[in-house]
Amino acid sequence: MRTAVIVFPGVNCEHDVVYALEALGGTADLVWHRDTDLSEFDGVVLPGGFAHGDALRTGAIARFSPVMNEVQRLAEAGSPVLGICNGWQMLCEAGLIPGAHIANTGLSFICRYEEVEVVDTNSILTRAAEAGDRLRIPLNSYEGNWVDPSDSGRIVLKYVNDPNGSQGSAAAVSNEMGNVVGVMPHPERATDTLLGSTDGNVLLGGFLESLVPA
Amino acid sequence: MRVSVAIDRRPEIADPEGTTILRALKELGFGEVASVRMDRVIHLEVDGDDPDEVKRRVEEMCKQLLANPVLEDFVVTVDP
Repeated sequence: MRTAVIVFPGVNCEHDVVYALEALGGTADLVWHRDTDLSEFDGVVLPGGFAHGDALRTGAIARFSPVMNEVQRLAEAGSPVLGICNGWQMLCEAGLIPGAHIANTGLSFICRYEEVEVVDTNSILTRAAEAGDRLRIPLNSYEGNWVDPSDSGRIVLKYVNDPNGSQGSAAAVSNEMGNVVGVMPHPERATDTLLGSTDGNVLLGGFLESLVPA
Repeated sequence: MRVSVAIDRRPEIADPEGTTILRALKELGFGEVASVRMDRVIHLEVDGDDPDEVKRRVEEMCKQLLANPVLEDFVVTVDP
């Protein structure tokens, strides 16, 4: 079972994601954004960072990278697709998760642990957690303020203390099927006691459990 | 041809930048400012002779990339 971790120019969390997935017993490979074949992979992570320098809008240019056709295909086939931080912004721009992201209320770049609560376990990210679980996961974003005029995104994690104005205090949102999820805080940065929290393991562990052979 | 694209966030969508600018203006004594919206204008130089065709192409650019249909409306103006 292999996960593709897509490398766009300007992302910076790809190695952390590979490290965290492999520490949990998964197999993950870095895949360049110009690649056009993900047929050997069973799931995808779009990692965080600043793809294409966030030019125009976060994720706006990345969504047209050649690999995104394959990401779309896997998403529609029901394979697990997880976007973390900038990766979630890409999923919104690509229309795979409803809504869009704007600047945080208060215009602060927020870089700190936030407490999030599991509100829906029917997703590739939250399936191994219990509803009501509270997790400490680091947030690291300026445009984490999710808005969804269609009101159709399914919130699976919400902030206990709304840090950024995100609609419904959403920290992670799933598509209807539950196989495509965007999350703003970084579970891969909460996977070792040395990092101050291991609460990300239940989320990434759930992602790995959701992989089925392609 | 010179083309400008005004991209405005829809009024019902929050604008944290505009809100912050409004607060700064009021602190500077410009109490008469009732609201601020921070939108953007993109200027393009586009090859072509037919203003209608140029406008149609730039509107296509807006739909694909320049504007986010979830948040924004756009107006394309081709300079005479």
